[in-house]
Amino acid sequence: MIKLSAVYILAGLVFAAFAVLSAMDRGNAKRFGNAAFWGLVSVSFLAGDRLGDLGNGILVLGLATIAGLGLLGRGQPATTSPDERKALASRFGNRLFVPALTLPIVVAFGVLVLKPLEIGGTPLLDPKQATLLSLALAAVIAVGVALILLRQPLISPLQEGRRLMDTVGWAALLPQMLAALGAIFALAGVGDVIGQLVTTWIPMDARLTAVAVYCLGMGGFTMVMGNAFAAFPVMTAGIGLPILIHRFGGDPAVVASIGMLSGFCGTLMTPLAANFNLVPAALLELPNRYAVIKAQVPTALPLLIANVVLMYVLAFR
Amino acid sequence: MLTLLGVATVVVGFAVRLNPLLVVTIAAFVTGLAAGLGPIQVLEAFGKAFNENRFVSAAYLVLPVIGVVERAGLQEQARALIARFRGVSVGPFLIGYLAFRQITSALGLTSIAGHAQSIRPMVAPMAEGAVEARTGPLDAETRQDVRAMASATDNIGLFFGEDIFIAIGSILLMVGFLATSGIVIDPIHLSMWAIPSALVAFVLHAGRLLVFDRRLRRRPGA
Repeated sequence: MIKLSAVYILAGLVFAAFAVLSAMDRGNAKRFGNAAFWGLVSVSFLAGDRLGDLGNGILVLGLATIAGLGLLGRGQPATTSPDERKALASRFGNRLFVPALTLPIVVAFGVLVLKPLEIGGTPLLDPKQATLLSLALAAVIAVGVALILLRQPLISPLQEGRRLMDTVGWAALLPQMLAALGAIFALAGVGDVIGQLVTTWIPMDARLTAVAVYCLGMGGFTMVMGNAFAAFPVMTAGIGLPILIHRFGGDPAVVASIGMLSGFCGTLMTPLAANFNLVPAALLELPNRYAVIKAQVPTALPLLIANVVLMYVLAFR
Repeated sequence: MLTLLGVATVVVGFAVRLNPLLVVTIAAFVTGLAAGLGPIQVLEAFGKAFNENRFVSAAYLVLPVIGVVERAGLQEQARALIARFRGVSVGPFLIGYLAFRQITSALGLTSIAGHAQSIRPMVAPMAEGAVEARTGPLDAETRQDVRAMASATDNIGLFFGEDIFIAIGSILLMVGFLATSGIVIDPIHLSMWAIPSALVAFVLHAGRLLVFDRRLRRRPGA
């Protein structure tokens, strides 16, 4: 069975290459900062399971210190100029889309064909991680397709990958750090405290008020925790189950489903959902870190209200 | 109550735009110490959780191939391709992408698109190209708006499509949570009841994209 550890080794080697190439990049005044940062990420992928909890903690402190002191710069790998790119584009034409479209095709193949595959009773891919395994496989195949079809230098995947990685910069590690913070929140019982505050202070005698508190609470709490999965158990144990389902007789499927989607409206409005909201802003080189959130709020707010209405109408038929 | 200090740290830290990695680390210590843990215990718990969540960062493996095709001119080609179809305006183009993302996510194919593999190399340049082909060059601020809207469309399509698929993480979480509370539910019912919100999300965001399109056409200098 192919497991996630294979992906971690691949990722560790790629980040190690980013670190080495960063250290050799004389165009970047902060090259050793970049090398140290991506080097630590590489160590985490390659040896994270052998470092021990304290070792991993120190590694995280190292990452936060490098980022916090502003020691990361942007590498300057030799790449093609805008004019060269225009010329290459007219030469290659729509063939350029082939490697990029290889990614979704291989991912779909992995999820739909490889995932159900079994060899001698054991699945080929770890079923829990099939999507990420497929994505890693797709990334490798697509690099091969790109190198052959577009005749680019062999080092270009690593140099160009480093260029994009430096564009994202420290923001790249934020989603993983926030996931770790979520674990600390859970350990300290932050969710329960917020849940108690909501249920103690807001009267929920009327059905509509209770629906509104549950949905808006899911949205708001998701904004604070950065993820609807953390908000769902707290809000559902506090309001959804005892009040909406047991007291008012709401349909559990409707309450849970629309409750979760109310949480997703919150995800669209919070910087704590970094992989959806802040990483894209870095990747698209937007000067305003919060530009994607700004673009989402006018859809997310009315959608949150619509979810209150939908739950009120559909859960109590 | 003291444990909420960690949440406050995050809110304040992000608001004053301190480096977020630093903010998150400080918030972890504030929360852990307020909950009565020692500093070493917090550091261990934080390190352990960081290690367990490495899969979150493994997705950057798509960056090398995206970089190579960009080097060979993919963004330029995406722009040129859309400009050839003069009938395609940015609003309907992004509405089409929204529908594609919602439908494929509902079928469980959440990872076939995303910010790194589709928005940066193809969708955003095409959206920019569609505007430029009709109304001329973009100023920096409008370019930022178009790119941000392309990313927003990807997120909205993903979030309000994936919950229709019965084997997605959030559905499994709901089934598990309800089961421990004595309510046994078939995942198919949870997916079914995600459809009304998905339809409303499509209508709302599509409407906004049309308004966005009209605003771009009427911008000064267009």
